[in-house]
Amino acid sequence: MQIEYFDGTSRDALVVDREVPYPDGKLIVSRTDTKGYITHANQAFVDMSGYKLDELIGANHCILRHPDMPAAAFKDLWDTIQAGKKWHGYVKNLRKDGAYYWVKATVIPNIRNGQLMGYTSVRRKPSRTKVDASAKLYAEMLAGEASA
Amino acid sequence: MSYVLSVSPDFSPDHLSGWFIFNTWLQRRLEEKFHLELYDDFESQRGDIQSDKIDLIYANPYDAAMLVRDKGFKALARPSGLSDEAIIVVPESSPYQSIEELKPGVRVACTQDPDVNMMGMIMIEPADLDRSTIEQQSAGSYVLVAKALLNGQADVGFFLKDAFDDLSGLIRNQMRVLVESQIDVVHHTLMAGPKLQALAPKLLDELVAMNQDDKGRSVLESMSIKGWDAMASEDTEFMIDLIDTLID
Ligand SMILES: Cc1cc2nc3c(=O)[nH]c(=O)nc-3n(C[C@H](O)[C@H](O)[C@H](O)COP(=O)(O)O)c2cc1C
Repeated sequence: MQIEYFDGTSRDALVVDREVPYPDGKLIVSRTDTKGYITHANQAFVDMSGYKLDELIGANHCILRHPDMPAAAFKDLWDTIQAGKKWHGYVKNLRKDGAYYWVKATVIPNIRNGQLMGYTSVRRKPSRTKVDASAKLYAEMLAGEASA
Repeated sequence: MSYVLSVSPDFSPDHLSGWFIFNTWLQRRLEEKFHLELYDDFESQRGDIQSDKIDLIYANPYDAAMLVRDKGFKALARPSGLSDEAIIVVPESSPYQSIEELKPGVRVACTQDPDVNMMGMIMIEPADLDRSTIEQQSAGSYVLVAKALLNGQADVGFFLKDAFDDLSGLIRNQMRVLVESQIDVVHHTLMAGPKLQALAPKLLDELVAMNQDDKGRSVLESMSIKGWDAMASEDTEFMIDLIDTLID
């Protein structure tokens, strides 16, 4: 199916309705430059996304964008981190094989000597109630975005 | 000039003499006076950090941000291959088989170790639990956490993985691990304060070479450390950023 991005571009991606459970005790860590291009990803990121490390490094983070995620969620993320603040949220991510995984994500700006160098995101295992509530909210937001 | 060395209060009492031996080694190698100051709890140590009484500290990762960003410390080295991982444990006979089964009101035994408690709290989040919905019981040591579990005073315990592995087999066998963190990048760090910066390059050279002679190796052994790996400032910043994302 076609995934539409904020900048008007799109890509064809495989999407299947299968959830891969978040592994207990692990954190999925990545870092990006100031534009969202991935500069670092840990092993848990590689394992859960289904991409090889060299496919991830240099890719834009929207490689994980799932079509069930409303654009407003990512607008809130970028507005928050560009204002220099910490962002928390629940995100449904798309794997290379088309399956999905839910995370509780935190993104923070990396400031070095007063300058913005990029962003770090750390994801952890979310609770089922939070995932269910987020899925419902995002479906409503998405329907609103489609009719707008 | 005389300097003060201190160690995060979460160090294992088995290694107490090791840090005294390290302090002696340090004085010989740097030809400077060092005094080892130990604390029973994090609060009193943080008080002395605030009033600039400490120059060199083996710091808990949770304190690293404050030391670097507020007090001008620089990370020198980390113990080779040692990272801080947390585990959540129940008594062998407990009905709980997974984190998701834990319920509000669950009695959690833990120490005051801030990074282990942070990781423990993150690992119970999938059960919709947080500080306000658990009954937290603070114990003075990991042995006492184990005791609280085995006495039936607590339902689950938070442990530093290394501390759990150090318990006797007899005690460990009466407990069961529910979940274990695999974070890798959170670890203790030896950090030098502003007064020590001029000596820092020499100290770092000595630390990195420490496992290359017999004397150094025996000191390391008494601290249960294999050696020291130098830390680039970006390594420290990365760890601080990571911990920042985990604290609300
Ligand atoms: C550090 C960082 C981590 C991010 N992690 C994700 C992620 O895990 N999944 C995701 O879909 N978008 C993530 N994003 C947001 C993407 O950059 C992008 O905004 C999003 O996928 C939506 O695409 P669009 O903005 O092109 O519409 C992250 C951004 C940053 C800066």
